[in-house]
Amino acid sequence: MNALKLVFEKREAVSPAYKFISPLLAIVMSLVLGAIFLLASGFSPLKVYYYMWWGAFSDWYGISETLVTSIPIMLCALGVALAAKMLLWNVGAEGQFHMGACAAAWVALSMPGAPAWQVLPLMVLAGMAAGALWALLPAVPRAYLGVNEIITTLLLNYVAIYWVEYLVHGPWRDPVSLNFPLSAPFSDAARLPFLFGTRIHWGLVFALAAAALIWFVLGRTKWGYEVTVIGENPRAARYAGMNIERNIVLSMCIAGALAGLGGMAEISAIAGRMTRQLSPGYGYSAIIVAWLGKLNPWAVALVSVLFGGLLVGGYSAQVIGVTAASVNMLQGLMLFCVLATEALGRYRVRIVREVARAGKEVGVDG
Amino acid sequence: MGTVDYAVEMRDITKRFPGVIANDRVNLAVRKGSIHALLGENGAGKSTLMNVLTGLLRPDSGEIRVRGAKAALRSPAVAIALGIGMVHQHFRLVQTFTVAENITLGMPRPRFRLDMAPIEQEVARFSAEYSLAVNPRAKIWQLSVGEQQRVEIIKMLYRGVDVLIMDEPTAVLTPQEVRELFETLRRMTADGKTIIFITHKLDEVMEISDRVTVLRAGRNVFSCDTRDTNPRELASKMVGREIGRAPQRPSVAIGGPVLELHELAALGDRGITVLNGIDLDVRAGEIHGIAGVAGNGQRELAEVITGLRRAASGRVCICGKDMTNSAPRSIIEAGVSHIPEDRLGMGLAPNLDITLNAIMKRYRSGEMSRGPVMDEARARGWTGDLVERFSVKTPNLRTAVRLLSGGNSQRLLLARETSCVHKLAVAVHPTRGLDIGATEAVRSILLKERESGVGTLLISEDLEELIALCDRISVIYEGRIMGTVGRDQLDLEEIGMMMAGMATAAKGDERSEASV
Ligand SMILES: Nc1ncnc2c1ncn2[C@@H]1O[C@H](COP(=O)(O)OP(=O)(O)OP(=O)(O)O)[C@@H](O)[C@H]1O
Ligand SMILES: [Mg+2]
Repeated sequence: MNALKLVFEKREAVSPAYKFISPLLAIVMSLVLGAIFLLASGFSPLKVYYYMWWGAFSDWYGISETLVTSIPIMLCALGVALAAKMLLWNVGAEGQFHMGACAAAWVALSMPGAPAWQVLPLMVLAGMAAGALWALLPAVPRAYLGVNEIITTLLLNYVAIYWVEYLVHGPWRDPVSLNFPLSAPFSDAARLPFLFGTRIHWGLVFALAAAALIWFVLGRTKWGYEVTVIGENPRAARYAGMNIERNIVLSMCIAGALAGLGGMAEISAIAGRMTRQLSPGYGYSAIIVAWLGKLNPWAVALVSVLFGGLLVGGYSAQVIGVTAASVNMLQGLMLFCVLATEALGRYRVRIVREVARAGKEVGVDG
Repeated sequence: MGTVDYAVEMRDITKRFPGVIANDRVNLAVRKGSIHALLGENGAGKSTLMNVLTGLLRPDSGEIRVRGAKAALRSPAVAIALGIGMVHQHFRLVQTFTVAENITLGMPRPRFRLDMAPIEQEVARFSAEYSLAVNPRAKIWQLSVGEQQRVEIIKMLYRGVDVLIMDEPTAVLTPQEVRELFETLRRMTADGKTIIFITHKLDEVMEISDRVTVLRAGRNVFSCDTRDTNPRELASKMVGREIGRAPQRPSVAIGGPVLELHELAALGDRGITVLNGIDLDVRAGEIHGIAGVAGNGQRELAEVITGLRRAASGRVCICGKDMTNSAPRSIIEAGVSHIPEDRLGMGLAPNLDITLNAIMKRYRSGEMSRGPVMDEARARGWTGDLVERFSVKTPNLRTAVRLLSGGNSQRLLLARETSCVHKLAVAVHPTRGLDIGATEAVRSILLKERESGVGTLLISEDLEELIALCDRISVIYEGRIMGTVGRDQLDLEEIGMMMAGMATAAKGDERSEASV
């Protein structure tokens, strides 16, 4: 009985070219898989993709909206990537983002008359500090007791989101908001300025500066060297006298501060008041973006823009009746395909004919 | 086809890596049912050749015949299907799984039954047949290194392997375990199985093998039946030059203590006391050896001194200062260097390049950075110098350490540890797995250290090495120091007795059994 069989053979080394094209391959694969789902639910995939592309990148307005959407993703993803370099899974960017927004809103609401040069820097500091604190909570037990950070960071997301709900329904609700869960609007001074006459705001500058800084710190500094060694072999790092616990706390806090900064920029520039709908899951998209970008800060920045496009395109595809859930599905497919292409890079797939029961004959020259 | 009596033939195998030819038209023919020794210095290409034979690496050219038939060994699975399997230098077992689980792990047909009983029976059968004592229900982490090796062997037997390759199997074993391994190997060949045995130790080649092949710098230099050769000939074939005499050991003024341990106790990984009431000192300009059978607390002793394991009680003083349970970094800064037992797991980061590994203990000092920013050019310059001085063979400084041969990664580690300013060196099995030339090099490095006034704590199982190098030897047994003897009153028999746990209150009384 001859049967065809898929065989995975480990490659000696991942080719450098493949490392470069594998994220592209992942994107193409997920689009193809997504097309199958769209077809099954009665849409023409080409039409849907065309609408998405058209909405996100066809004109200056689409591009600017794409960039606006990419800002919070970029800030969160840079943090996720930095923590991942130390083998830490920060699933809590969403919560850190919300806490950052919250702290910034608190500054804005408590200083209604203050000028911009006072209130904006304070909002940035408060946002980053709150994000860092929200990351510190799981970082300390992780560093000193080995408590799994995947679970703690994830659960803290819900705490942060419900905290925001509580504020907008309760103490911070604007009496004139006709019972909508919204805070009072910020003063103009507390709004982060837009750039180029679009909705693109200073958050983009923060995000790009953060990418540059992380790239420099990781590649060129003593601390970056420690992060690299800890990520590669924690035992060797300890043996070499590096303080792993402190570095875990530090990198998680920086990750939290970046997500918090994302929250601050979003609420200050875009929302202008505290609302429940600050994020369609930027902090979760950030995890996919960080891995698609292979944890490289510049690649992460680039992929964030693609993801911004995916979300914006998703909104315009809703015009022809595609549900928001389909867009989430595309995101999920991308993560799946990233993992799949990683595996393909390390293995060679061959189809062999298996000669029944005679294992010893396999592999006779071919 | 006339060649039926060969289990495996490799013809003109060439394998290039960027910058090196690891195998250059190598031939190897292994007779069925024999033990074939593969001999060569570090980096000679032995592991590479065997990785080609087991399908882990693809040769650039050459031909492999298995039982006379041409074979394309595309992957380890294909090799296993052809009956060829290897026990690697570094074991590949899942620590938290049981022996039986590890043995079935990765078998081609997934098992949906979770019933381990038949597998455990099978394991017990192999254990009995080839004297491979191991409990199939034990978790890997509970086993000694020797037992883990037996698990690897059973794993191969379970997969129906009849050509078994063992890459430096004796490097990690105690003398007793080596004897047991040899017994196993003899039973296997008596059963018609074929064994390829990699080693650096000539006496082992003479004792166990039927035929021997010597590689040097990636080429065949010699092949003959073991009974037609002798250790001296093999050594000169292997090294390709006269072997240097044993390094000189001039007398050195002994200084004050650089390490003092008082009533030191510590727990092992499993929470059991592994060190108990250790009193010990090392003086400047002295090599103080710790003899003992592996697993009697040696690794833990080194870890407590270097701050990697907590002392449960007692004191560790370095250069007169109490440093008990200080952070590893303070201990490094107090002038302690450490050559750990587990080189790739602890001493080096295998995926990082040579430079990044070389500067691991130096990057903090001002010389390789400006403020917080690293000076990459200086780091590479310094590393290049180091690699040259210690003759680490590598294509370039950006090569990942995992690609270095076993001996060369140890040289790099030693280079790093002896090049920084230090007063105390803690060396654990520093010559394990090294060839004759590299062993001599390491020993002369340790002696040079001694001349420059460094105190060395040398933990080794190799009595010959301890006797050649040490000023004093202490014997450790079950976490206690059984006794200490000076160089001038060395008595091998007494040391052997202490290693076996016999107290030696008075010398010269009747002692019969158990001396090693
Ligand atoms: N994957 C690889 N990439 C690049 N170079 C390699 C690789 N594997 C081995 N080498 C190089 O090939 C040469 C032979 O290495 P090999 O590991 O076969 O030596 P060996 O005889 O097993 O030595 P040892 O006794 O030290 O283990 C060395 O110079 C080594 O650095
Ligand atoms: Mg080797």
